[in-house]
Amino acid sequence: MLAAILQAVPLQILLSGLLMGLVYALVAAGLSLIFGLMDVVNFAHGELMMLAMYATFVLWQASGLDPVLLMPVVACVMFGLGMLLYRGLVARALSVQFNRGMVQIFVTFGLAIFLRGAAQFAFGGEFRSITHGWLTDRSVHWGGVFLPLPQLAAGLVCLLAFSGLLAVGRTEFGRALEATREDREAVALLGIDRDRIFALGWGLGIGAVGVAGVMLATFYYVGPNVGANFAVIAYVTVALGGFGSVAGALVAGLLIGEVEAITAAIVEPSLKQVGVFAIYLVVLMLRPRGLFGKI
Amino acid sequence: MKTLLEVDNLRKSFGGVAANDGISFNVAEGEILGLIGPNGAGKTSLFNAISGEIPPDSGEVRLLGERVSGRGPALCAARGIARTFQVVRSFDSMTVLENVMVGAFARTARPRAAMQAAQETLEFCGLAARADRPAWSLSPPEKRRLEVARALATRPRLLLLDEMLTGLTPTEAQGGVQLVRDVQARGVTIIMVEHVMEVVLPLVSRAVVLNLGRVLTIGAPAEIVKNPEVIKAYLGDRYAAA
Amino acid sequence: MDNDILRRRRRELITGVIVLAALAMLPLPIADVYTRNLLIITLLYAGLAQAWNILGGYCGQISLGHAIYFGVGCYVSTLLYVRLGIPVAFGLFAAGAVCGALALLVGWPCFRLSGHYYAVATVVVGEIGYLLFLNWDFVGAATGIYVPFKGESWLALQFRTQKLPYHYAMLAFVAATWIAAWVIEGSRWGFSWRAVRDDAVAARSLGVRVFASKMAAAAISGFFTGVGGALFAQYVGYIDPDSVLAGTFSILIALPAVLGGVGTLWGPLIGAVVLIPVSELSRSYLGGSGRGVDLMIYGGLIVLVALARPQGLVSLLGLRRRAHENAA
Repeated sequence: MLAAILQAVPLQILLSGLLMGLVYALVAAGLSLIFGLMDVVNFAHGELMMLAMYATFVLWQASGLDPVLLMPVVACVMFGLGMLLYRGLVARALSVQFNRGMVQIFVTFGLAIFLRGAAQFAFGGEFRSITHGWLTDRSVHWGGVFLPLPQLAAGLVCLLAFSGLLAVGRTEFGRALEATREDREAVALLGIDRDRIFALGWGLGIGAVGVAGVMLATFYYVGPNVGANFAVIAYVTVALGGFGSVAGALVAGLLIGEVEAITAAIVEPSLKQVGVFAIYLVVLMLRPRGLFGKI
Repeated sequence: MKTLLEVDNLRKSFGGVAANDGISFNVAEGEILGLIGPNGAGKTSLFNAISGEIPPDSGEVRLLGERVSGRGPALCAARGIARTFQVVRSFDSMTVLENVMVGAFARTARPRAAMQAAQETLEFCGLAARADRPAWSLSPPEKRRLEVARALATRPRLLLLDEMLTGLTPTEAQGGVQLVRDVQARGVTIIMVEHVMEVVLPLVSRAVVLNLGRVLTIGAPAEIVKNPEVIKAYLGDRYAAA
Repeated sequence: MDNDILRRRRRELITGVIVLAALAMLPLPIADVYTRNLLIITLLYAGLAQAWNILGGYCGQISLGHAIYFGVGCYVSTLLYVRLGIPVAFGLFAAGAVCGALALLVGWPCFRLSGHYYAVATVVVGEIGYLLFLNWDFVGAATGIYVPFKGESWLALQFRTQKLPYHYAMLAFVAATWIAAWVIEGSRWGFSWRAVRDDAVAARSLGVRVFASKMAAAAISGFFTGVGGALFAQYVGYIDPDSVLAGTFSILIALPAVLGGVGTLWGPLIGAVVLIPVSELSRSYLGGSGRGVDLMIYGGLIVLVALARPQGLVSLLGLRRRAHENAA
C-alpha cells in the first residue's frame, strides 16, 4: 500500500504534508488539552497563535535575534497569558448559572475579535514577515526531495513540543490533570486545587500554540486574520482526533496535513481544504466522537 | 392476573462486561414490582432496555404481547411506558407546569388540553402550588415528584421508578411511598428500583433480586428476606457473618 | 380559565404588535440616509438572529455555520432574478425553500453529533459552502454577482434612492420571524424543542422524537435565514462569497440572539438593537482608518455582556419568561 501511495504521490508532497501536519497537531493539541480538562472550546485559539506570531516578529525586529532563540521567551509569555486568561475570563464564564455552553463560546469569540482588532490597531492590516534569520531561504536537498529549512525546523520543534506535552502527562502534574478530567468532585476532596490545575492547563495549551506560532512565523506571513485560517483547521483536527485526546490531535493533525498536501497537488490548490473537510465529515459519520474520542 | 410486561432472556453487555445476562420475568397488570440488588447488578441497564433508551443485544421486552425493545424510547412512551431517572433530569429552563406539559403532549397536540392535563397531574402529585416556579428552583424531593408528574402526564400503563426514594429524609420518603400507592390506585403498574431494601419491600407485591447481571430470585417480600443467597449477595458479608 | 401561560402569551402578542408598529413609524421622522441604513441593517440582523434562535435558542443546537443559509439564500434569489427575471417577491420563497431543504441535508448527518462535535461540524459545513462558491464559476466565483437595476418596483424590491421600502421589507421579515417564534413557543413543537435543549434523554423518555425535532427546527431556521439573505442581496445589489458566506458571518448572525437572550422572544431583537448600532457606529467613526478600534470595542462588548448577563440583555428588562423572574 505504501508503495502504491508513493507511486501516485511524490515523496516531496508527503513530506511537506507531514511537516505542516506537525504544526497543525501542536496547534490542535493545546485546544484539545483545554477541552478535555474543562469542556471549553477556545474560539480565540487562532488569534492567540496570531499573537505569538506578532510577538515573534516584534522581538525579532527589536533585538535582531533569531526567532528560534526567541521561541522559549514567547512560549513562556504565552504560558503566562494562558493562565491569566483562565483566571480573568474563562473561570468567570464557567461560573455562570445559565447558558454556560454558549457563554463560554461567545466569551472566547469576543476575545478573538478583540485580539484581531488589537493586532490591526498595533500593526495595521498589511502582512508582515520575518525576512532574515538562520533558517530563512535555506533548504535541504536529499534524494531528490527538496525541503525548506524553516518548515523542517517547524516540524521538528513541534514534534519536540508535542513529546514534551505527552511527557507532562507522565509527571505528577499530569496525573493531577488526568484526575481533574476524570472526576472533578473527587479531586476537590483529595485537596487538589481545581482552579490551579485548570489555570495551568490553559498555560500549557496556550504555551503550545505559542510554540507553533513562533515556528510558523519563520515561514508564514503574519496578519490580523492569519489566526482564523488556522483556527478552523484546528477545530477540525480536534474533532477528528476526538475532543480531549492529545494523542488524537497528533494523528489527526498528520492526517490533515497529508490530505491537504495531496489534494493541493492532485486536485487543485485552492480546494485543498475541501479535501480536508470531506475526510473529516466521512470520519465523523463513522465515528461521531472522532478517532480517539471516548464514547 | 393479566400479564402486562414480559422480559424474555434479555442480554446486554458493555465492552465485554455483561450488565444483563439472560434476564426473564413477568409483571402483572396493577402490581408494584421491586427490582433490587447491589450496585452494578444491572438494574439501571435493565430499566434502559425496558424504556427503550438502549436496545438489548438479544432477548425481548414485550408489552401486552407486543415487542417494544429495540424500537426506541419514543415508541415505548407511545405504548405506555414512562420512567424517572436515578439522577434527576428536569428541564431547568422551563417552569414546573411546562415540564409536565412536555409529558402531556405525548397524548395530545392541543396546548390547552396539555395544560389542563398537566395541571391535574400536578394537583395529583402535590405540586400544584409550584406550577409557575422554574424547575431548577425546586428542592430535591420536589424534583423527584416533578419527574413522577411528568412521567404520569404521558398516561402510562407502566411506570419505572429509578431510586425515587433514595437520599430522602424519612418524612420525605414517607410522602414518596404515599405517592407510589396513589399512582398504583390509579391503575398504573409500577416497577421500582431501590437500593434500600427496607424501604421498598413493604410497598411491593413481588421483588426481583438481581446480582451480577442475573436474576438471583423472584418472590414475595417475605420469601426474599429469608433467602440465604439474597442475604449473602445483597446484604453482603456483614450480615452473613453476624 | 385562570392561568399564567395563556395570559402571558396574550400579553406578549400585544406587546409584539405595539413594538412592530413603533418600528414601522420610526423611520418616518428620520430623513438622514445613514440612520435609515442603520435601521435597515439592524432589522435585518434582528430577523436573522431570530431565525438562528429558532434552532440555536429554542432547540439548543448551537449552529456556527448559518452563513451558508444566508449566502445560499442570497445566491438563489439573485440568480433567479438575474438569469430568469423572477422578482425577489417570489424569489425569496424559493431562497427560503432551498435553504430549508439544505438545512435538512446538513442536519441529517450533523444531528447525529452532539455538543461541540455538532458545533464544529457546522463550522466546517459553512467553510465548505464558502470554498465551493469561491471556486464555482456559474455563480461568479470570487467576483460575485451584481444585481442589475431594472426600474423601481416593489415586486423586485428595487428603489434607486428611497430607503423606506427596504425598511418595510426588513420589518416584514422581522415580523415573520417573530410571529414564527411566538407560534412555536406555544405549540407542541416548541415544548419538544425546549425539552430537547434542556435534556434530550429525558425528552426522549417522554415520547419526544429528538432527531425529528432538531430537523424541524433546522428547516424553519434555514428557511428564514435564506429569506433574510434574499432581501439583503436585493438591498445591497452586489454579493460575493466574502460578503455573504464568510465564516465570521455565522457568528455575527448568532451574536444578537446570544447576547440578547437565547430561546426568548425578545432576545434577538434587543440584541440586534444594542449590538448592530454599536458595531456600525464604531466602524464608521473609529474604523475608517482600518485601525481596528471598532473591532476591539465590539469584541470587548461581547465579552462583557456575555459575562455580566449570561441570560442575555432581556433579563435586564424583565421581559424574559416568568420562569426566571420568579427565581427565588
